[in-house]
Amino acid sequence: MPGFAKPHFAEKLYGRLVTPELERWVASIPKPVGSYGYDPWGYNEDRFKLALGVAKWLYDRYFRVTAHGLEHVPKTGRVLVVANHSGQLPMDGVLLGVALATNPHGPRLARAMIERFFPTVPWIGNYLNALGGVIGDPVNCSKMLELEEAIIVFPEGVRGSGKLYKHRYQLQRFGTGFMHLAMNHQAPIVPVGIVGCEETMPAIANLRSLARWLGLPYLPVAPPVPLPARVVLNFGAPRSFAPAASEAEVNGRVEEVKAQIRALIDAGLKQRKSVF
Amino acid sequence: MAVASEPGKKTVLVTGAAGSLARRVIGRLHGPCRVIAVDFRQKVETDAGIPSYRVEYHKRGFEDVFLAHPIDAVIHIGRFFPHEKTRDLRYNANVLGTKHLLDLARKYGVGQVLIHSTYFVYGASPYNPALLDEDAPLKASEVTQDLVDAVEVESLANIYLWKYPQLNITILRPCNVLGPGVRNSMSLLLSRRLAPVLVGFAPLMQFLHVEDMAAAIECAFQGNRPGIYNVAPEDYVPYPQAVEECGCRKLPIPSIPPLLPRAISRTLNWNAFFPPYLVNYFKYPVILDGRLFRATFGWKPKRTLNDIFSYYRKQKLALASP
Repeated sequence: MPGFAKPHFAEKLYGRLVTPELERWVASIPKPVGSYGYDPWGYNEDRFKLALGVAKWLYDRYFRVTAHGLEHVPKTGRVLVVANHSGQLPMDGVLLGVALATNPHGPRLARAMIERFFPTVPWIGNYLNALGGVIGDPVNCSKMLELEEAIIVFPEGVRGSGKLYKHRYQLQRFGTGFMHLAMNHQAPIVPVGIVGCEETMPAIANLRSLARWLGLPYLPVAPPVPLPARVVLNFGAPRSFAPAASEAEVNGRVEEVKAQIRALIDAGLKQRKSVF
Repeated sequence: MAVASEPGKKTVLVTGAAGSLARRVIGRLHGPCRVIAVDFRQKVETDAGIPSYRVEYHKRGFEDVFLAHPIDAVIHIGRFFPHEKTRDLRYNANVLGTKHLLDLARKYGVGQVLIHSTYFVYGASPYNPALLDEDAPLKASEVTQDLVDAVEVESLANIYLWKYPQLNITILRPCNVLGPGVRNSMSLLLSRRLAPVLVGFAPLMQFLHVEDMAAAIECAFQGNRPGIYNVAPEDYVPYPQAVEECGCRKLPIPSIPPLLPRAISRTLNWNAFFPPYLVNYFKYPVILDGRLFRATFGWKPKRTLNDIFSYYRKQKLALASP
C-alpha cells in the first residue's frame, strides 16, 4: 500500500542489530570524537554501532560467551586489558571488545592492535580503524593511554594466535612492551583468561612457506570458518606497577601477569561445562 | 640607504607577501610592527606604509632589503608549492633561498625567525602512528623526491636553530590550510567540482582555516618561543567526506596497483591539485598532535571544519548561479 511501504530490508536488519539497548551502551561510552564523529585513529561511532550489533549477535548466539569479573575493568581512565591469544583469527579480540563495550558496570571502547599490513588493504584498513582498531605501534599506544583509552593487548602476538591445536592453552612467550607502557603511563593492567577460542579454529598444521610467500604471519590448515565453541572470559583484578629498576625486574613482572592469566584460564576451563 | 625604525616598533620582514596567508599575517602585524613585504612572484600591492619588494630569495638582491631596513624579525612564509615550477627551480628558491635568508638574518643581527613549513615533511606512510609528535621522523623524502626541498628546508632550519640560538628560530608545521585565496594543492582540489578519490581509501585529514593559521603565526611571533611546533586542530574528517562537504563530486580513481593512480595523475596532468607525488597523502593519514603549540602559545582555532568547508560550498554555488 502506498504510504505504508514495508521498511527496506537493510533498515530492518539495522534495527535488529543496533537495538536501543546497544545505542544506550554506545552513548554511555566515554569517548570524545570530533565534529564529524571521528577520533584521531579513525574510530567512528556509527560504524562501531553496526559492527557491535553484529559482534554482539555472535557473542550471544554463536559463541554463547560467559564473562566473569567485568567489575574489575575501570569505568574510566587508561587501562591495558591483557589476555592470552588463540584461534588463528582474532575472534578473541572481537569478543573481548564486545564484553567491554557492553559491560554493565560501565561500557568501554577497547582499542585493539591490528597488523601493520592492514592500512595498505583497500576498505579493510579504514573499516578496522572505524571500529577502533589501530596499528600496533608503541606511539599509538602511548598516545591512547595519555588520552585515557582502554587498550586490548595480546602479548603473545602471532605466536599465540597461530599456534597449533595440540599446543592449546599453552601460553607462548610474552613480549614486554605492554609492561613498559603500563609502567611509563601509570596504567593499570587487567588480566584476562580466554577459554574457548582455541576450539573455534583448531589448526593441525601451519603452511609456513606458503604463508611467507603470501606475506602472512601464518597460514593454518584449519576449518574455513570459526566453529561455534562456547567461550568463557575471566577478568582478573587490576594491577598497577611502579617503574622498574632493571629489565630483569620488567621480565619478572611480565611473568607475574602471565601466571595470573594462566590461573584465569584454568578457572575458565573448570567453569566450562561443554566445548560446543 | 638604511631607513630608521620607529622607536618601540619591531621591523618584520614577511616573505611570500602575495599569498593569502602572508597577506593576513601582514594585516595583523601592520600597526603594532613595521612590516616589510617581499615576494618572489611579484611586487605586491600593499597598504600605505608597508614597503614591498619583488626579490628572489636565493639571489644577491635580497640583501638590499636588509641593507635598506633594520630588520628585527623574519616571518618566512613564501615558497614555491610542490606543483609550481620544476624540481630544480623549486630547490633553488626554497632550499637555497631559505639558506640565504638565514645567513642574511645572521649577518644583519635579526633576533627572531619564524619558518612556515608543512605537514608533508612527515610523509604519508601506512605505518604512521596517529598524532605525530614534532620529533617523529621526516619520511617525506622516502615517499617522493618531489618533497625533498620541504624536508631540506626543515633540516637547514634545524641546523641554524641549534647553531645560532640568537636567531630564535621557530618552525611551524601546519596541517592543510584552506580558505579564501589559498592556492595550495588541497585548496585548488577542493575548489573543483570533481575531486579524485582513491577507491577503498579514506584517510583522515586535519584542516585549518587560513585566518586561524594567520592567528597562529601571530601568536608564535608574539610569544617568541623557539622550537618546532605542529599546528593542527583536534578535529578530523576522512578525505572523501571533506570532498562531499566542500560540494565536490567524487571521482573514483583505482588505487591498486599503487602505480596506477600516479600514472593517471601524470597522464591527465593533475599536477596542480592531485600530483602524482602526493597520491600517498590521499591514501594514508598524516595526523598531527598539535598540543605542544596550543599549550605553548595559548592558541586555539576559532573556525570549525564546517566553517572551512562552507567557503568551498558557497564558492561552487556562486559559480553555478546565473
